[in-house]
Amino acid sequence: MSNLIKPYSRFAGLEPLIVRPETNFINVGERTNVTGSKKFARLIRENKYEEALSVARQQVENGAQIIDVNMDDALLDGVHAMTTFINLLQSEPDIAKVPVMLDSSKFEIIEAGLKCIQGKCIVNSISMKEGEQKFIEHARICHMYGASVIVMAFDEKGQADTKERKIEICHRAYKILTEQVGYDPQDIIFDPNIFALATGMEEHNNYGVDFIEATKEIKRLMPLTKISGGVSNLSFSFRGNDHVREAMHSVFLYYAIKAGMDMGIVNAGQLVVYDEIEPQLRELCEDVILNRNNKNNEATEKLIAFAETVKAKGKVEVKDEAWRNTLVEERLKHALVNGITDYIDTDTEEARLKYSRPLEVIEGPLMAGMSVVGDLFGAGKMFLPQVVKSARVMKKSVAWLTPFIEAEKQEASNAPTILLATVKGDVHDIGKNIVGVVLGCNGYNIIDLGVMVPADKILDEAEKCNASIIGLSGLITPSLDEMVHVAHEMKRRNMKQPLLIGGATTSRMHTAVKIAPKYDEGVVHVLDASRSVTVAGSLLSKEQKPEFLNNINKEYQKLKEDFENKKPVKQFLSFADAQQNKAKIDWTNYQPAVPAYTGAKSYDNYDLNELRKYIDWQPFFIAWELHGKFPAILSDEKVGVEATKLYNDANLMLDQIIKEQWLTAKGTAGFWKANSDGKDTVTVSNNGATVNLEFLRQQIKKAEGQPNSSLADFIAPAETNLQDYIGAFSVTIHGIEEHIKRFEAAHDDYSKITLQALADRLAEAFAELLHERTRKEFWAYAKDEQLSNEDLIKESYTGIRPAPGYPACPDHTEKYKLFSLLGGEAATGIHLTESLAMYPAASVCGWYFAHPESKYFGVGKIEKDQLEDYTKRKGMSIDEATKWLRPILE
Amino acid sequence: MSDIRKELEKRILVIDGAMGTMIQRHKLTEADYRGERFKDWASDLKGNNDLLCLTKPDIIKGIHKQYLAAGADIIETNTFNAQRISLADYHMESLAYEMNLAAAKIAKQAIAEFNAETNNTVPKFVAGAIGPMNKTLSLSPDVNNPGFRAMSFDDAMNAYYEQVKGLVDGGVDLLLIETIFDTLNAKAAIFAIKKYFQDANKPELPVSISGTITDASGRTLSGQTLEAFYISVMHAKPLSVGLNCALGAHEMRPHIEELSEMASCYVSAYPNAGLPNAMGEYDERPEDTGHYLEEWAQEGFVNIVGGCCGTTPDHIKHIADHVKNIKPRELPVMQQELTTE
Repeated sequence: MSNLIKPYSRFAGLEPLIVRPETNFINVGERTNVTGSKKFARLIRENKYEEALSVARQQVENGAQIIDVNMDDALLDGVHAMTTFINLLQSEPDIAKVPVMLDSSKFEIIEAGLKCIQGKCIVNSISMKEGEQKFIEHARICHMYGASVIVMAFDEKGQADTKERKIEICHRAYKILTEQVGYDPQDIIFDPNIFALATGMEEHNNYGVDFIEATKEIKRLMPLTKISGGVSNLSFSFRGNDHVREAMHSVFLYYAIKAGMDMGIVNAGQLVVYDEIEPQLRELCEDVILNRNNKNNEATEKLIAFAETVKAKGKVEVKDEAWRNTLVEERLKHALVNGITDYIDTDTEEARLKYSRPLEVIEGPLMAGMSVVGDLFGAGKMFLPQVVKSARVMKKSVAWLTPFIEAEKQEASNAPTILLATVKGDVHDIGKNIVGVVLGCNGYNIIDLGVMVPADKILDEAEKCNASIIGLSGLITPSLDEMVHVAHEMKRRNMKQPLLIGGATTSRMHTAVKIAPKYDEGVVHVLDASRSVTVAGSLLSKEQKPEFLNNINKEYQKLKEDFENKKPVKQFLSFADAQQNKAKIDWTNYQPAVPAYTGAKSYDNYDLNELRKYIDWQPFFIAWELHGKFPAILSDEKVGVEATKLYNDANLMLDQIIKEQWLTAKGTAGFWKANSDGKDTVTVSNNGATVNLEFLRQQIKKAEGQPNSSLADFIAPAETNLQDYIGAFSVTIHGIEEHIKRFEAAHDDYSKITLQALADRLAEAFAELLHERTRKEFWAYAKDEQLSNEDLIKESYTGIRPAPGYPACPDHTEKYKLFSLLGGEAATGIHLTESLAMYPAASVCGWYFAHPESKYFGVGKIEKDQLEDYTKRKGMSIDEATKWLRPILE
Repeated sequence: MSDIRKELEKRILVIDGAMGTMIQRHKLTEADYRGERFKDWASDLKGNNDLLCLTKPDIIKGIHKQYLAAGADIIETNTFNAQRISLADYHMESLAYEMNLAAAKIAKQAIAEFNAETNNTVPKFVAGAIGPMNKTLSLSPDVNNPGFRAMSFDDAMNAYYEQVKGLVDGGVDLLLIETIFDTLNAKAAIFAIKKYFQDANKPELPVSISGTITDASGRTLSGQTLEAFYISVMHAKPLSVGLNCALGAHEMRPHIEELSEMASCYVSAYPNAGLPNAMGEYDERPEDTGHYLEEWAQEGFVNIVGGCCGTTPDHIKHIADHVKNIKPRELPVMQQELTTE
């Protein structure tokens, strides 16, 4: 079956503008016109282009769907001004999103504009004023740039004023454009000339009627073309009297649009609503425009007389609070969509009194509002931070209603229950909280068991609360195994609920290969919070569920087969060969720096003002599912507004955190004499005792000249007789719990998630800061380093700080040694869970390597021979080692 | 010569895979790039892949033939950067015309030899590859001066004009404006093509257009949405419009689906071999790429398929085998009047 493509007029800036039959009148912004706006003309003449851009921006914000740009001024170099302005405009995504109408009576100025715009523009205008040949030449050039054209009803004899002349010229131009130049009819726009009315000259009185009737006839003859016009000409006689002018414009447009006018150059911020014009004035305008009761200029004179009685009324600012005057349902919706809590209690109370039962308020207006939010979010018109604010409004409203509902002894809601938990051993829950909020917004009853929840507890609770879906989250790799375990248990218990899998470490492939085969009632990997809604919806719909699960099963089955059939594309070296091919470091010309102290030292209650300077904001935005580089994300066209709000809110909270001492930063850093055995073991002396650190080595066959790295390569081997050192650190941010509880009590997920994300950022910032002090001061191997925060984020410094459990040293169990060297749990209060996650979650640890050639790498997959060797060195059983190293085996 | 439009009515056509990836396999040295002719050239030439059309034509012809043998119906000339703006990096502006002429001839010759050696009678086509240039017309390279442009529209248009002339003189069957990051560069190329055929008073060759969506935002590098991009190049009345590069098939799918719904012409798609791994290598296996494109074909999204960065003759073979018996996407019906339903 083939598609049907409609012959709509299509224009484009960064975004498309398609004129469909149901499209209303298109407003073309008129203020970026040096002939029409004194302010704009002055800004351009004075070279204040930045400010001139704000004129354009204002128009778009006021609803202009196209902006008209005109640089026709005798005192200006029009080509230069057009080029400069348009190039600047293209760099402003919130303006450049709309198409541009290039407006000039000089074709070279129009062409200068065409050379700067990637989108499909409109040329305003070309005409047969200088004969057919020039007309065709200009039209051809416009066509080569892909622009639509406005044809002014103007020919060798002059500008068309009567209906017949307008139609005749437009029709002639149409034939030339479509038959000789190759224009599609929908790319042609006619301007049949709007002239001034009420000039006192009787021969002008029918101009309005001529335009309206010509429009009707042009659209009948050439239905795919469009009609445009400069509306303000119409009221030229009433200059200085905006009140009358605006009324005339509205009345004129009311009739012209009915006749088929599609677009017009108007001041989008200054149109009155036809119905709201005072009846007397409206009638006078109609008489003048439609040339009724106008013998001997009667109507004209009445309007002029009226105009003298009204002083131009000052503009009244449209108050933002207008929504307060609507029905309570509308107000609730407005509050939900816009995230406004100011009036939510009074509005909820009003709704409660209006409805017969409090539950109906939730099921009626509140759910209706949240479904608007859900739709806008699904359509990409709202962003996560806004949705979370909406959820806050919802929660506040529900909290107001809850006592009344309880009093009624009713069930809180019949909504299906979704149970969420971060699995045993894992403490990370920002992502899960966001999923909870988003699902909550969509009307589900969410039970969140929190972090480090054992399988039994998850499943007991699920049975107890009759959960319809169970969702598991995890961030560190050992959580993957725990999820497999939960799935296995669900089958054993004969449970029926579908299982959702999410979190940074999870993947569709792992879910398909490892988790799904353990449980037959549906296992679905959910990529992010926004997907969770559709997935939950499908799983809870009796009609959709079988097909949805069937498709998922097929997809996973195929993934699993592909995975199993996958012949190893990668070649591996034997472990012995890999060790031979270690990172070549020239130790003979190297003198290890001696740290200022050995052993561990604490850095407690570190000044948060200091840490704040080291924050890398990008991951903060990622936590909110806003993707982009910082600070560019703040001005991103799509998410910039939300990102900026979020950034400002986060900084306000940071101010408060610091001022009110919500959080404390604890850290420790230490340095010890160390040498490697030339292979993968680093021996550390700590107060006379020795500790062997065991590292893993890349085993994938590398390109010629590339080493198979192991972190041990970066420490001088004992045989060099050089005394080398290794360092370690751990940092943590204490104190969020109390505030999290407070936010939870206030139903304020937005602040809760912001605080969690900030604590994470502060911990990372602390790690960054301690590392810098290590390089410049403690170990002092790079005393003269001068790096900006950006350089730090890019890891431009010398030396590295890899963390056990991450790609360069993927074995989490080495954390035991790291923490013991640093003085154990007492030093910073960081507790290691059985999966070796750190609690508080906002904690970071790692090793320090100082050698200039040390760099981050991923160990990648290892082979059995290395696993056996490693197991021996660690004194672990193969089973245990396999459990910890699973992600890098196979 | 066969008419590519007739072939497109009958079947899905396969376009070739990466040229750069295949050139890399030859591990060419600076001296190889220079050849005899440029041995004393003042600037380094290694990496100037398009120059190999002059210095190592046999290698380029060999790669074309590998792709033909794998089942490609359309091979692209080795001219991705062969216009004077990009060639300025090597001070080789004056060689632009010659390189395009040679590249087109090599590709034609590869087809002739392939047909003779294999008794092939299935029509094969040469697409003159017109790349995005190393400068953009819509973006300022200077963050402090957003109004600045590194070149003018006329600079870009003139460079493309010269490239088009070389390609057409060398005998290409169609022109392919590809990897479009910045729609204004593409518009300069479209302008150049229209101008060239007008000036030369020749019938226009078919023009294919292939944009690049750079990330999950679904926009081009210069910020346009897919639909805005399509609207902005519609005036070329292209043979096909499509997407290539930057994304693997998995990431490209939703955009191709969207495009196939709105495009009034044929639709092409040639994704990368997945996304680069941590080492910057493309490691999607040929059978995986083949499966993805097979699914698109079954959904009726595409008329021309193939591969971009990281794809090899092996990938193209899998793609060709998988789409061989699938009906191509039907051209949409263009309504001539507005109806309200």
